[in-house]
Amino acid sequence: MVVFDKPHALTDVSMHYCPGCTHGIIHRLVAEVIDELGIEGKTIGIAPVGCSVMAYDYFNCDMIEAAHGRAPAVATGVKRALPENVVFTYQGDGDLASIGMAETVHSAARNENITIIFVNNAIYGMTGGQMAPTTLPEQVTQTSPYGRDVNHCGFPIKVCEMLATLDGPEYLERVAVNNVKNVKAAKKAIKKAFQNQVEGKGFSLIEVVSSCPTNWGMTPKKALEWVEEKMIPYYPLGVYKDRSAKEEN
Amino acid sequence: MKGNEAIAEAAIIAGCRHYFGYPITPQTEIAAYMAKRMPKIGGCFLQAESEIAAINMVYGVAATGKRVMTSSSSPGISLKGEGISYLAGADLPSLIVNVQRGGPGLGGIQPSQSDYFQATKGTAHGDFHMLVLAPASVQEMADLTVKGFELADKYRMTAMVLADGTMGQMMEPVSLDYEVKNTVEKPWATTGTNMEREHNIVNSLFLSPEKLEEENFKRYDRYKLIEENETMYEEYMMEDAEICVSAFGIASRVAKNAINEAREMGIKVGLIRPITLWPFPKAPFKKAGEKVKSIISVELSMGQMIEDIRLASECKVPVTLCNRAGGMIPTPEQVLEAIINANNGGAK
Amino acid sequence: MSATKFLFAGFGGQGILFSGKFLAYKGLIEDKQVSWLPSYGPEMRGGTASCSVILSDTPVGSPIVSNPDVLVAMNLPSLDKYEDAVVSGGTIFVDSTLIERKVKRTDVTVHYIPATALADQNGMPTLANMIIVGKVLKELNEFNEEGINGALGKVISARHANMLDFNLKALKIGSEN
Repeated sequence: MVVFDKPHALTDVSMHYCPGCTHGIIHRLVAEVIDELGIEGKTIGIAPVGCSVMAYDYFNCDMIEAAHGRAPAVATGVKRALPENVVFTYQGDGDLASIGMAETVHSAARNENITIIFVNNAIYGMTGGQMAPTTLPEQVTQTSPYGRDVNHCGFPIKVCEMLATLDGPEYLERVAVNNVKNVKAAKKAIKKAFQNQVEGKGFSLIEVVSSCPTNWGMTPKKALEWVEEKMIPYYPLGVYKDRSAKEEN
Repeated sequence: MKGNEAIAEAAIIAGCRHYFGYPITPQTEIAAYMAKRMPKIGGCFLQAESEIAAINMVYGVAATGKRVMTSSSSPGISLKGEGISYLAGADLPSLIVNVQRGGPGLGGIQPSQSDYFQATKGTAHGDFHMLVLAPASVQEMADLTVKGFELADKYRMTAMVLADGTMGQMMEPVSLDYEVKNTVEKPWATTGTNMEREHNIVNSLFLSPEKLEEENFKRYDRYKLIEENETMYEEYMMEDAEICVSAFGIASRVAKNAINEAREMGIKVGLIRPITLWPFPKAPFKKAGEKVKSIISVELSMGQMIEDIRLASECKVPVTLCNRAGGMIPTPEQVLEAIINANNGGAK
Repeated sequence: MSATKFLFAGFGGQGILFSGKFLAYKGLIEDKQVSWLPSYGPEMRGGTASCSVILSDTPVGSPIVSNPDVLVAMNLPSLDKYEDAVVSGGTIFVDSTLIERKVKRTDVTVHYIPATALADQNGMPTLANMIIVGKVLKELNEFNEEGINGALGKVISARHANMLDFNLKALKIGSEN
């Protein structure tokens, strides 16, 4: 008999996320991977500033809360101090791709042996729905009320594509969690990203295309459809860099 | 040994094996020294992409409970402010060195003490203090670095060595013979649960105001202990002094020259040299306020420490400023003139 | 309180900081209280370089030398800038190869030595600084081999050990001219 159970790496604290938010799914995938790899006791997670700011309450491993955007620098410090431990950051688009872009790019360039889970939902959720670096052209937010005008505030940033131009990173993949098939693929990618670190391969970043029904002003179901129709065409899923695989070929 | 090098070697002796920094004059020798030494002793020197990244790397190492440091000069410390506030909020020990240069803005690269306010009061947002240690010799650059690590661990807070370009660049003999205390238990450190304990959380977010207030009260209870037990200062010829000169760091060296000359002229003048700028040594100034005719604050700034002197001496006697700014250093002659002026009846 | 305050000044690249450091180490070996303070920043790279050295029997107060007892001037701008700062009764050493004019002050002792020319003649063009230091030590009755050898061992790294003899020779040339 299969019993649906909570992964050990998640605490019993009930999450504060909005109905239909996919953070819960992504948290669970990370926790399942930690369980399956048997690394909870040596894992240290870094929480960001943003909707997942309180991730430190939800994961059972040791957790550190970082300043906005600085999680990769904090993770660098932890990993340099404890190279045998497993260190991951969990960051949103504002945190990773706006205020923390320098930390993101440079930790990738250094090929820090860390794992980054990057949740891209194209909006600032915690502060109530402002334009993010990944907000789509024409997308309406609180600070782009007439739709994102690319002539005025530029284009969305494609993080995986950009980081793939660097020699540093080991593994870059974009996944989504809008349907069962994609969730399964997302878990596989997250597992690889942690496995890479355990094997000492270096910097792995998984970008998870996510949804924000509350701030997108949609029902959860509609939001998932919008991910399929709008987000994924702009942010194509797939592996953007896999150095080890390339070297094997 | 150069002052900057003395700091770096003392840090290594104190057990610091992680250094993160970004080049900026006049403290770059610290980074260069660390870059050379750390790989040879199994430590980690990493040049960060920015001051901001460096201080957050410090935060990461500090969370694991290991001794860690960064160093910079004034504009770089401004950038580190954010990280310092988070270190304070999460009660993490660390050591930061500021080899001050003139400001504001890009300022200059010559020595200054114009980050006194920044170090003792306005480092960044929120209710917190750093322990601020002000060396006045190359020997003290080393001594206070070791002391800084020990106090940081003991009180779970950031210690800052507040030097200036002169202190960093000058060479003096230095003895590095220490019995280093590195025994503070850190059960709060995030080192992995090993599945043997509840998870540790290093955090400065407290959305409940009651809880945040409680955290702040607890921190300030600790600060009170520090004020009672860790305040350091030097008194020089204060026993019979009628004029009190006050200065820290390089300014105190200049002031001592002037005091020696004034004593030869028969003027009864002494020096109070704060060694901890926070906690500020209030007691000797309170005492001075009750017995001297006036106090002269010698500073390489537009007058910052003078405010604390006025408060500590309870405004009982006039406190005047003898200063240079922007990278200039007062001469002993300038200080002597201020002493003579004060002796002749004080304010002009 | 017996303290001697030195100011070395010249072009960046003339070894000004090096000669100051040498003197400070020599003092250290001879159990004096010492300090060495360089000018730093862009001026090190080609402009005017200077350093303050204090040798004292008692702890050094301010390490900044604004009125030197001894000025070593290795270029004209340095002499122009610091001549008037020397204390009355002080001593000025002038590299007379690079500085054509005479010292105007009459209340100081002046030693002229063609250090740069001597360095060139002896095939050690980078050691004019040590030639002039040799002269300084001689005139101050501080030329003793023990202190000199000890200090040279401190300021010359093992990697450049072949330079030890050249420096020693330069000091001797200075002391004999």
